[in-house]
Amino acid sequence: MRPILIRGGRVIDPSRGTDEVADLLVADGKVQASGRDLGRPDDALIVEAAGKVVAPGLIDLHVHLREPGQEDLETVATGSMAAAAGGFSAICAMPNTDPVTDNQAAVGFIVSQAQRAAKARVYPIGAVSLGQRGQQLAEFGELVGAGAVAVSDDGKPVASSHIMRTALEYARTFGIPVADHCEDPTLAAGGAMHEGLVSTRLGLKGIPAAAEEIMVARDILLAELTGGHVHLCHMSTRGSVELIRRAKEKGLRVTAEACPHHFTLTHEACEGYNTNAKMNPPLREPEDREAIRQAIRDGTIDVICTDHAPHHYDAKEREFDDAPNGIIGLETALGLAVTELVETGLLSLADLVSRMSTTPARIFNLPGGTLAPGAAADVVVIDPEHAWTVAPEEFFSKSRNTPFGGRRLRGRAETTIVRGQVVFAREVAANGPAGPADPARKEYSAGRTI
Amino acid sequence: MSATLGKDLVGLEPLSREQIQLILDTAEPFKEVSERAIKKVPALRGKTIVNLFFEASTRTRISFEFAEKRLSADTVNVAVAASSVSKGETLVDTARNLEAMRIDMVVIRHGASGAAQFLGQRIRSNVINAGDGKHEHPTQGLLDMLTLRDRFGRLEGLKVAICGDILHSRVARSNIWGLTKLGAQVGVCGPATLLPRNVHELGVTILPRIEDAIQWADALNVLRLQLERMESGFLPSLREYNRVFGVTKERLARAPKDLLILHPGPMNRGVEIDSDVADGPHSVILPQVTNGVAVRMAVLYLLAGGSPDWANPGGGGE
Amino acid sequence: MDDRALARTLARMATEIVERANGTEGLVLVGIQRRGVELASRIRGLVGQSEGATIPWGKLDITLYRDDLQTVGPRPVVGETSLPDLDGKTVAIVDDVLYTGRTVRAALDECSDFGRPRRILLCVLIDRGGRELPIQADIVGKKVTAGPGDRVDVLVSELDGRDAVELVRA
Repeated sequence: MRPILIRGGRVIDPSRGTDEVADLLVADGKVQASGRDLGRPDDALIVEAAGKVVAPGLIDLHVHLREPGQEDLETVATGSMAAAAGGFSAICAMPNTDPVTDNQAAVGFIVSQAQRAAKARVYPIGAVSLGQRGQQLAEFGELVGAGAVAVSDDGKPVASSHIMRTALEYARTFGIPVADHCEDPTLAAGGAMHEGLVSTRLGLKGIPAAAEEIMVARDILLAELTGGHVHLCHMSTRGSVELIRRAKEKGLRVTAEACPHHFTLTHEACEGYNTNAKMNPPLREPEDREAIRQAIRDGTIDVICTDHAPHHYDAKEREFDDAPNGIIGLETALGLAVTELVETGLLSLADLVSRMSTTPARIFNLPGGTLAPGAAADVVVIDPEHAWTVAPEEFFSKSRNTPFGGRRLRGRAETTIVRGQVVFAREVAANGPAGPADPARKEYSAGRTI
Repeated sequence: MSATLGKDLVGLEPLSREQIQLILDTAEPFKEVSERAIKKVPALRGKTIVNLFFEASTRTRISFEFAEKRLSADTVNVAVAASSVSKGETLVDTARNLEAMRIDMVVIRHGASGAAQFLGQRIRSNVINAGDGKHEHPTQGLLDMLTLRDRFGRLEGLKVAICGDILHSRVARSNIWGLTKLGAQVGVCGPATLLPRNVHELGVTILPRIEDAIQWADALNVLRLQLERMESGFLPSLREYNRVFGVTKERLARAPKDLLILHPGPMNRGVEIDSDVADGPHSVILPQVTNGVAVRMAVLYLLAGGSPDWANPGGGGE
Repeated sequence: MDDRALARTLARMATEIVERANGTEGLVLVGIQRRGVELASRIRGLVGQSEGATIPWGKLDITLYRDDLQTVGPRPVVGETSLPDLDGKTVAIVDDVLYTGRTVRAALDECSDFGRPRRILLCVLIDRGGRELPIQADIVGKKVTAGPGDRVDVLVSELDGRDAVELVRA
């Protein structure tokens, strides 16, 4: 494995509070040093990063990879490649596969598929309950032993407060969070979008904000009761933000995530029955979007996640009521975050790296999120100025379901390094491609441009 | 030429005041066609129209069918039972198959909001919405407006209260858009469980009790109460609904003026409306049905005219 | 043609109609919307004066019988059609300008949907030539030769504020 010298970039590492122009040397799968004039090991691959940002690889705590069960939509290999192209060095795979990732073997399968793909790291999230049916706890010990980093019944809420309570208590034994999809199933039943003026006009059944907030409140109360760590998935309402803010003031073990679509779009995106704007939780009102943005800024919402949810084009090519929820996000998240949060002055680049790398690593207890010497060599080189147009047909993901096609964005990943190897590079490195042993060679020597 | 309609009629929300006026004005002479001994004109001779009904409907389908036949179009009725949806054919496949048979127009009734627009965006034929989910039922809105205009001679300034299950009603939405665009005032009256979120932002007055509606309005458009609303927890019972929200002779007797009574049908007599009101002197429920055919003829005729770049027909006899 | 010439022509046409119909017994006047209706109304007045009879009459809008919906599109507003009993009658169809013959074809179709006249006469104020169908008028006010781009405007005071016929060359 060749060492890699990333030269002359602005190295941002929120874990050490550093933000300086420097070189970064990685070798043997670890960060070796950062500083000026590190020299150049003879065989090192040079990545020129002048004018660019060098940061710990991004980490997405919330991704649906569809394997096993729906490999026509996405696989561990295509999803982890899409992640690498989006600047992510690690992603967490939600367990709502078919069969559900609720046992040791299922977790092991995803780990081995990820190793074979050798792109972004993939950390499985195990199910809270067997079959995600919300009745009997899955074997958390076995799941963690096989490589799971959290448990969640995402896709569905944990409807039973009793099961949520026992999950939070039991998860403490293993030091893992319980990630909950907060939705009161009776209030949300049959809903296709946010309940408000647009749903009234379109004649679609709405999902009120209270459907999310009731469960957020419940989970916070249960976190207080149990002392467990609850991680609240894809927060979408101003009411949720208020509840989380109060829980954090009380010092409870509550963390929360928000998705780019919720800080970018509102329910008006559903106009014309645009099924690519159909997701759960639904796109909300402008006031909610603003609350989410402010919560990301002040840290009430800890991390930005994609909720990457691949669907086949013809699954979205139908009546709004019948179309599935969700959009893909791995290859647009960074651009949306830079455009909507950094360019608008809401977040500094260092805060953005914190929300997308350092904090996710910390709250799920993952490697990465830091460029300290000796840390895993998971690095992303970002061009925060580069303006580009979203072209879904060029995505590495197998699916194309995004409402952002054609949108102009600023900021994208140029090079992604995982375990000290380049897994994605937009352009061939200055002194030629990495050696033939490099598994990413095919991708970047093919010269795909976006 | 003034207003035209474009390719499809999906709802009244996207139409301008002028376009709605055009349809209503065009409907006037078509009323007379239905009074002729030979109730048929050759305007749509050679046009093929498919009535694609994914939901059961008797009166709307029959009304469209009469309208089509009186314009000499060739019509085919396709009633798509729920079972063939479970066979897996999607709406877009159904539509493409029909279009491959070279049809000119599709009249669609579907349980999903947005189905008509979805279809219209994907096929070249004209699409007419005969009711899509809880979204719109534009020809019903138009025939209600035509009936009101017949009786009052105007719509401007008229106060129309729509009473009942506004939340689930496509008729209510089409009425709200159409009437407000033509300058009428619209009130909505029903149990709070059946009023949609933010409905006041559509420019309507909320009338909490049926007595308020009767005091306020010139006309009541009484909606059908779907009986399944009880099971889904929106209402306790039919009996209570009739007691609290039923349009009864006794309540109407306290109105400051005679109210015109409309109902899109089919009626639940003794639930949302009492028989002596439905059959009473101020009911225009049957004239609504008659006007339905005229309005649908007008819509079919205007859409069949095709491209918006119509040549000027010119003056002087030819 | 000015107002006085128009009046003279209509008077002659009224006389001819009565002659061709062998009197006013069973005569029905039908004007084609729109200016044919005004002309039929005036002819009806003239016949009434000279013959002392009240002639039944009606209006015909041929819009829904046109064969060119696709090319010219629907008229903004379809006019009124109201016809008396036509069965066994001598129907004089009155129109302002005879050109391609398509309007008359449509009017004949429409009349036959309303009844079975014994005989149908065609009376036009102006025959401008340029027929596309084998149709000729029985009674013509005036023949003019007009090219395809020319326009013949018949103005009646009820609709246009004055009586006149004007040929507008292309």
